[in-house]
Amino acid sequence: MAEETKKFMYINRKAPYGTIYAWEALEVVLIGAAFEQDVSVAFMDDGVYQLAKGQDTSGIGMKNFSPTYAALGDFEITKIYVEKESLEERGLTLDDLQHLVWEDEDEDWAEKDSIRLVSRAELGEVLAGQDVLFNF
Amino acid sequence: MSSIEANGKTYETDEEGYLADLNTWDKDVAAVMANIDDCELTDSHWEVINFLREYYEEYQIAPAVRVLTKAIGKKLGKDKGNSKYLYELFPYGPAKQACKYAGLPKPTGCV
Repeated sequence: MAEETKKFMYINRKAPYGTIYAWEALEVVLIGAAFEQDVSVAFMDDGVYQLAKGQDTSGIGMKNFSPTYAALGDFEITKIYVEKESLEERGLTLDDLQHLVWEDEDEDWAEKDSIRLVSRAELGEVLAGQDVLFNF
Repeated sequence: MSSIEANGKTYETDEEGYLADLNTWDKDVAAVMANIDDCELTDSHWEVINFLREYYEEYQIAPAVRVLTKAIGKKLGKDKGNSKYLYELFPYGPAKQACKYAGLPKPTGCV
């Protein structure tokens, strides 16, 4: 990788619909991935709802963009942090979220989990190790 | 709003020639779009176009060129999953040009 590669993290804190933040963040993440930086994504607070399974937007007239999260692996975004406390506070577990994977080309396309469940304190350490943080 | 004629039907496009509504897409308009670029669609082109339509159906986005290259390599074999092969088919840029013929919006991350 080029020397100027930086560690970019995109932090998602808001519910998927009601504001444009979640969709805009996803687009920025995908665009950023095209520049071959070291990209990771975090979901905390109401942002954890963005990854919820079985989203149905037919009643609110917005595009259901949740299938796009499954493409993150194709864009080589393989580090997706979900904050444990945020899930617990909302009565959610990992089973309520999409199962996101990436395929390792070097291991005959073996599927590997992208989501890393981390505590608030662990996420804090991950954030401290980044060069650039984007808050959505 | 611009438009393209194919087989007596009119298709609305944006100013760059991408279809305004991907549901209006059919093979006729893809062929006419290709003719405008002096490109004749072969089975090899259709392989990529059909792949893109399936990708969009599943993920609701068009893949960036790097993603497309890798995914084509996986699905159709290493001899096709490289930029040389894809740029020979789509000299204006595989993601951009092939997405246009596939009726998809311009790919995210396409600069």
